[in-house]
Amino acid sequence: MSDYVRQLPHQGSHDMARPPSAILRLHIDVPLLLLLLMLTLYGLFVLYSASGESMAAVTRQGRYFLVGYVIMFLGAQVSIQRYARWAPWLYLGGVALLVAVVLVGVGAKGAQRWLEIGGFRFQPSEIMKLVVPLAVAGFLSGRLLPPRFLHVIGALLLLALPAALILRQPDLGTALLIAASGLFVMFLAGIGWTYILGAVVLAVASAWPAWLFVLKDYQKQRILTMINPETDKLGAGWNIMQSKTAIGSGGWEGKGWMQGTQSRLDFLPESHTDFIIALLAEEHGLRGILVLVSIYLLILLRGFWIGVHAQTSFGRMMAGSLTLTLFVYVFVNMGMVAGLLPVVGVPLPLVSAGGTSVVTLMAGFGIIMAISTEQRRVVT
Amino acid sequence: MPQHFDLKDPQLESRIYGARTVIAICIVVVLLGIVLARYYTLQITEYETYSTESERNRVQLQPLPPKRGLIYDRNGELLADNRPTYILSVVRERVEDLEATVAELQALLPVSERDLEIFRKKLKRSRPYDSVPLRLRLTEEERARLAVNRHRLPGVVVEAQLMRHYPHGDLFSHAVGYVSRINEQEVLELDETNYRGTLHVGKVGVEKFYEDILHGKVGYQNVESNAHGRVLRVLERYAPKPGKDLKLHLDSRVQRAAIDALGDRRGAVVAIDPLTGGVLALVSTPGFDTNLFVNGISTANYSALRDSPDVPLYNRAVQGTYPPGSTIKPFMAMAGLASGLVTPESTVPDPGWYKLSGDSRKYRDWILRIRGTGHAPHVAMKMAIAESCDVYFYDLARRLTIDGMHEYLYPFGFGRRTGIDTTNERNGILPSTQWKRGALGVAWYPGETISAGIGQGYMLASPLQLAVATSVMASKGKRIVPRLVMSVDGEPLVIPDHEPLLAPPENWDVVYDGMREVVHGKRGTAKALAAGIEYEMAGKTGTAQVIGIAQNAVYNEDEVDERHRHHGLFIAFAPLEAPTIAVAIIVENGGGSSAASPIARAVIDTWLDVEPG
Repeated sequence: MSDYVRQLPHQGSHDMARPPSAILRLHIDVPLLLLLLMLTLYGLFVLYSASGESMAAVTRQGRYFLVGYVIMFLGAQVSIQRYARWAPWLYLGGVALLVAVVLVGVGAKGAQRWLEIGGFRFQPSEIMKLVVPLAVAGFLSGRLLPPRFLHVIGALLLLALPAALILRQPDLGTALLIAASGLFVMFLAGIGWTYILGAVVLAVASAWPAWLFVLKDYQKQRILTMINPETDKLGAGWNIMQSKTAIGSGGWEGKGWMQGTQSRLDFLPESHTDFIIALLAEEHGLRGILVLVSIYLLILLRGFWIGVHAQTSFGRMMAGSLTLTLFVYVFVNMGMVAGLLPVVGVPLPLVSAGGTSVVTLMAGFGIIMAISTEQRRVVT
Repeated sequence: MPQHFDLKDPQLESRIYGARTVIAICIVVVLLGIVLARYYTLQITEYETYSTESERNRVQLQPLPPKRGLIYDRNGELLADNRPTYILSVVRERVEDLEATVAELQALLPVSERDLEIFRKKLKRSRPYDSVPLRLRLTEEERARLAVNRHRLPGVVVEAQLMRHYPHGDLFSHAVGYVSRINEQEVLELDETNYRGTLHVGKVGVEKFYEDILHGKVGYQNVESNAHGRVLRVLERYAPKPGKDLKLHLDSRVQRAAIDALGDRRGAVVAIDPLTGGVLALVSTPGFDTNLFVNGISTANYSALRDSPDVPLYNRAVQGTYPPGSTIKPFMAMAGLASGLVTPESTVPDPGWYKLSGDSRKYRDWILRIRGTGHAPHVAMKMAIAESCDVYFYDLARRLTIDGMHEYLYPFGFGRRTGIDTTNERNGILPSTQWKRGALGVAWYPGETISAGIGQGYMLASPLQLAVATSVMASKGKRIVPRLVMSVDGEPLVIPDHEPLLAPPENWDVVYDGMREVVHGKRGTAKALAAGIEYEMAGKTGTAQVIGIAQNAVYNEDEVDERHRHHGLFIAFAPLEAPTIAVAIIVENGGGSSAASPIARAVIDTWLDVEPG
């Protein structure tokens, strides 16, 4: 039965009596595409101001988006079954790359995160943000759901191995995000509440030992700074105080586009990358924040909707997990900039300047679109 | 366990997924709600706080320190000006590690302990984003070294600032005074607002006395600056009001002549214009280079000045008080005439010594040691002044009594401050019975009156007081208040005189005659001065004992330790027909008045623009 569901749509799509629409043939989810376009345009609009009215910065980011949309489009053409089949190999390849990073990786500022091949640098941990949920979803969907004890252990091992390798780089933020994306799959697969409860208890219980033995001093410092930025006015606390000032001084209406003094006068750190939402809050006020959050919320809801309507467990879990990962990005970024969470290097999805996260996110949306259009192929 | 459990159940999977999605959406909505609540708090509830904070970031109030007024001498020669110098400052808020930065700066250029100490104190009081000076007066080379290393030293700035400079070094050290770094005590006393951005304040002399006028009024500008402290634009500007320029009565030529004449001896010269009270020269030697104090004097330099036995920091002209010795005699003569106890013609028998009835003590005349007898069998006033007859004034003193002396000498300005416009002026002492009871708690002895008659004993006067008294004599009763400053920004500074000293012209004439004889008379005590003189000068010599000489002992200059030698004094005014200068001179341990009198000639020659004969 599952085989039937899994195979029928892809092969049958050409021979259907009623030919599918052009959009469907291109595997595009129109509502999602429109929302993404809104988000990217809003992002470019904010970035123009954040970069100091630099058209060059906007063009560069525009090119990243272009690459991102192409990757999304290409990713959407791949059938979800193929993703499932590729998952183990992608996983093995990804882990191999992570091992390579450990062995021959290059780095900066004491972190070894990159591989350099022929002058081209890339970060294997970025790929893993997609590969880990693929692998866990692939592993679990082939088994009985809800997963049994051994399978839970297996899934945990699958996500723990790359997470551990990334933690070694060290890159706590990415490691946690990747672990989370795998855990989301497990949660959506329906693992028992006992596990979830157990995990929560374990997490809380291990917080103190982790503080003592695992966390590095600079990581502890970030947490302390988040709790009380005033203790470190000139160091790490400076960034948080300035970003809170930027946000707060925006008020309801904001100071106006390109009128943000905090960001323009360089008080706001990283105002075009990780802290760009502070600039948005300063220039467009709470209104601008509400618009942005609304777009995100609609994208999230569309992602969940696609998940719920997916035909296979694999597709469901993937759509749900990727959607939740997107949410985590939004939540962590907005939280850290506003001083709710410790500062970790998490960009605001599709708004922060930078190419890497755009490519990964858009590839993720490609997978979601593949899932979305698959389901509709059955309907039509 | 039922069998079907091993089969995949799509319905069940879908249902579980649906339930989990609902839970996920709930969590998402709750967490987004928390984030939005946070933004709401920051942007709506605490808007005012952060809005203010943001304005404070953006706009900074920068003080614009006023330019300090310049100081000129009467001929327009610059005595104190401002020169652009470069100072090294640190903006703490922009420095990552203050200690490391300071250490790096110390490796690049010398920073003294004192610099550091001042820097740290200032740092404590500084406002956010103030630049706190660390080192003043950077050399070209130091500036270059800083420029090369600038990228490694965020928060370190080199600023141009006008700083006081004294072109004449030590020539006017006591007359003009100096400015120096504002110290802790002064921080509390000065108007904090008006001194924001100002590093120096007048410490002594004219620089201190006229601090308010010289300083000016601070200005401000509101600037928009970025996080790195770069000023992007000036929003508002209130220009500072520069300090006013001072023109002094001082004449550099006269001042220089006095210093040259004093040479390396310790002493003081004060020259006053009797008509205006303008101080033409105010010298105390040794002096010191006032520029040393502007930069923050080094500990070594300061202790050298402070601990020198010659006390160069001590302004002998106004702070130093000495027994006036025989220079008091012309004023005693005026007192005698005013009291009616003597007339110009009345005489005193002079055997060369004086004795009080019922007292065995012999008060000697200085001439006794030289001639073995008195000046003449009977000495009248003119001769008594010209030849400095002690016996005449012993007798006058006895008749006047100490309180009578006090009454008649007081109008000449003894025993109280003259009110000159500089710092550290001392009262001196004009003794009286009342004074002695108050100061020493004992009664006055008649014998003490005798020595007071020739300016010995308790009486102490500063060279300035002597010059003022001489000026009153020169102008025949005009009692000026001595002034260093002639005009402020071109506005003449008018200080009303005291009530004039009224005396019959014949009183003045006889004393004038006596003083003229001192220089021009055949037996005048300063007749050496008359050689080649082209004008008439009135003068009076004086000698002040440093140690008491025993009753019958003979003072022998060569046998006495240099520091115990007599002080030489001389007062003079010229030209006699219409005096334009009155001087008082003291040469410490000069031995006698002959050390002092040639200085008066040099000073007056210069003032009257006479080529030295």
